[in-house]
Amino acid sequence: MVKRIIVDDKIFQDMDNQIIQLEHLTKRFPVGNGFFTALTDITLSFGKGEFAGLVGPSGSGKTTLLNIIGSLDVPSEGKATVLGRSIAELSQKQAANMRNHHIGFIFQTYNLLPVYTVYENVEFALLLQNISAEERRKAVMQALEWVGLTDKEKSKPSMLSGGECQRVAIARSMVKRPKIVLADEPTANLDSKNSHHILQTMQKLNEELGVTFIFSTHDEKVMQYLKRQISLADGKVVADEQVELVSSQ
Amino acid sequence: MVAFKLAYRNLIGAGTRTWLNVSVLSFAFVLIIFHNGMLDGWNRQSRKDTQQWEVANGQYWHPHYDKLDVYSIKDAHKPLDAQIIGKVKDGSLVPMLIQQATIYPQGRMQSVLLKGIPHDQQLLKLPTQELKAVTEGLPAVIGKRMATAAKLGIGDKVLIRWRDKNGTFDATELTIASVFNADVPSIDNGQIYIDFEAMQTMMGLRGDATLLVTGEEEPATMDGWDFKDIKFLLAELDQLIESKKGGGIVLQAVLLLIALLAIFDTQVLSIFRRQKEIGTFIALGLTRWQVVGVFTIEGAAHSILAIVLGAAYGIPFFIWLNAIGLSFGDVDVGITMAATIYPYYSVRLILSTIGLVVIASAIVSYLPARKIARMNPTEALKGKIQ
Repeated sequence: MVKRIIVDDKIFQDMDNQIIQLEHLTKRFPVGNGFFTALTDITLSFGKGEFAGLVGPSGSGKTTLLNIIGSLDVPSEGKATVLGRSIAELSQKQAANMRNHHIGFIFQTYNLLPVYTVYENVEFALLLQNISAEERRKAVMQALEWVGLTDKEKSKPSMLSGGECQRVAIARSMVKRPKIVLADEPTANLDSKNSHHILQTMQKLNEELGVTFIFSTHDEKVMQYLKRQISLADGKVVADEQVELVSSQ
Repeated sequence: MVAFKLAYRNLIGAGTRTWLNVSVLSFAFVLIIFHNGMLDGWNRQSRKDTQQWEVANGQYWHPHYDKLDVYSIKDAHKPLDAQIIGKVKDGSLVPMLIQQATIYPQGRMQSVLLKGIPHDQQLLKLPTQELKAVTEGLPAVIGKRMATAAKLGIGDKVLIRWRDKNGTFDATELTIASVFNADVPSIDNGQIYIDFEAMQTMMGLRGDATLLVTGEEEPATMDGWDFKDIKFLLAELDQLIESKKGGGIVLQAVLLLIALLAIFDTQVLSIFRRQKEIGTFIALGLTRWQVVGVFTIEGAAHSILAIVLGAAYGIPFFIWLNAIGLSFGDVDVGITMAATIYPYYSVRLILSTIGLVVIASAIVSYLPARKIARMNPTEALKGKIQ
């Protein structure tokens, strides 16, 4: 059991440690003859090793914000700087390179490649980095060990449970030792037991490897694990809270 | 390498759909090779037959001789010099004297080309040695087409009338000494072969010839004679084969198009259904154009599987066909064509067909895959139709 205590309601301000900076970020999507504004004037920053979550109802702009941080999308206004690079100024190749080396993604629907085995799914990101077969094997097996799936390395995703698939997705996102992992509703398709299992796995990786985790969620189970909660509503930040997790006996 | 591995896995994973596409494409692949192999085989055999029966390694023509102009024949002859006579004696040249004549088979009148050729020549396959086997009348050799047209057989006699060098009509009785069966109609229809010296005597053209057939590998030029090489002499045959190939291309193109259309459809469906996968690729660090490459390779890989499948059943089929040949019976189509054609599959034919199938597959795979380059990765990740 964990108990959440709000310790600070200020934005994390350790400037030296910041790896993501969002300044007055606005995102609009064309709809018909007009525009739909998904994000309005978002100013946030995330430090190295954070375990933070964007929380809010559907349509609040959580996934849009994650996509911009992950360089899958660009802001309409404002500036998003990730690992010292302005997202809007990255070429397609540079953005792909950043995602490949420094950003891991975990999706609600796992998004594993169905024709690949567990091992090959995890290995995929490393294949793009021209790493030797021996090093790849070592890294993949370690990633599978982190998520407790070394015995499933030859299985295809169709042979795994939802929880196992999500653990493979975590291994895939972690195998390249990224600086940031973006998890979009990672527990939405999982039962309670599996949700806690994967959240504990991610928490452990965050603590041991110092990787920054940013979640998009409206799942209470996820919120219990977050060290920082950023609440969004209608594309605006309505609260940004630092929380301390205290084990209760 | 990743793209190839992924393509292979996806194709195998697609099961029946892949194999249907691959089967149709492999059929097109095998048919293209079969059709062109048959034409090449026909061409090779026809060239060989024409050389063996008619042109050898080339011909020297009298400057006025034009085989397509009967008016050129009468005066197209000249004496053979000592150098030519020497080559005739050693067998490297075969002289022919050609004049027009008329025969009267069963009371009918028929114009013919009378060709005098040494009975002891061995350069051409014409059975000229038979010209000395018959002693009664003037021995003549004709082809089966001529024999059929004039209703003549071995031992038959027929009246022949000609004009000598002075324009004086003369006549005698021919005895058919032999009827040869050649696949080369241009040496057969309307032609009668008699002994060279006998013909010179008949025409009053002692020592003259109209053309010289050479067996020399590298024929030299000779003063007063126009050399016609193999390329010139077989041009008609080459043009005919090319025109046949041209006609065949339509059939091959239709078949290939059907196979390519199936690949195109599969690609469109694949890109439509696998948007999430496309989004995932981009999230994992591939650029959109790299994903286009992955899908293009996947589509083009159909052709590789088709070639493997085509080879699996095509090679035994071609080996078998090459052993037994394709028989067309005793049909006379008016062009040089063997009764049984043995296909010829050149390395060039096979490689060009492989190239055609692979490149065409890659193009039809690339066309729908270009859509990926315009996709919004965030929408793709959600699997939204774009």
